[in-house]
Amino acid sequence: MSKMTLKTEGDTQVVVTRRFAAPPEAVYHAHTEPKLIQKWLLGPEGWTMPVCITETKPGGKFRYEWTNGKGGGFHITGEYLELEPYHRIVHVERMHLPDPTPDNHIETRFEADGEGTLMTMRMTLPDSKTRAAMLVTGMEHGMEASYVRLEGML
Amino acid sequence: MYLYKVLIMYELDAAFSALADPTRRAILARLAKGEATVNELAEPFEMTQPAISQHLKVLEDAGLIVRRVEGTKRPRRLAKAGIEAMDQWLAMLRKALESNYDRLDEVLAGMEKHKKGKKR
Repeated sequence: MSKMTLKTEGDTQVVVTRRFAAPPEAVYHAHTEPKLIQKWLLGPEGWTMPVCITETKPGGKFRYEWTNGKGGGFHITGEYLELEPYHRIVHVERMHLPDPTPDNHIETRFEADGEGTLMTMRMTLPDSKTRAAMLVTGMEHGMEASYVRLEGML
Repeated sequence: MYLYKVLIMYELDAAFSALADPTRRAILARLAKGEATVNELAEPFEMTQPAISQHLKVLEDAGLIVRRVEGTKRPRRLAKAGIEAMDQWLAMLRKALESNYDRLDEVLAGMEKHKKGKKR
């Protein structure tokens, strides 16, 4: 449906917004319940999330594990700092590649927008170098998707 | 292919580090309007010419701007390749995130259907 926006703010932040045709309650559930998360938070084509554990309470831990089914994979671990059903989630997370990346502090807001929801996700990295590295890692995974598709064509 | 990827990542890293500074972002914004000399670039910043030259060097090393020789002047302009590389990765990152959220649209549509089914 509506277009996503992605922009950098200041020296250390990245802000993503997206509208959804469902109420905040549903979008919040889709961000916190493992069975729902595993259906969409997958990144490039061909990747799945076999492990998804969420302890949805302040101080609770979560763990997402991805695999490309060909021996490639990585995982993210994190902790919830604040959970305000169904409006706001604040958490920290790090990717293990396998060495952990510096903590990414993320605030996700879900605001009623007509019959739908406006989501605003604000990521704050420790410094501009880390932000650059994170964005470049994102690019690498995007490129990975192209390579996987290319492999299918050859 | 792997080496090529590492090289691109290294250059992008330099480009984003270069962009982390507000003065350098302002210089790029000025150059987006057209070529300018060091004096012209220094003017709005209340900075010494050596300080501006230092910022220009960082931008040049990151592949974001290039210089031209014109007599004793060295006017700078935006480097198309550097700017395009940054645009490209932003587009790729955007694409990966967008496909996630397109899937989430389907998940949400499924939840709505399920809810309506229960009510009946």
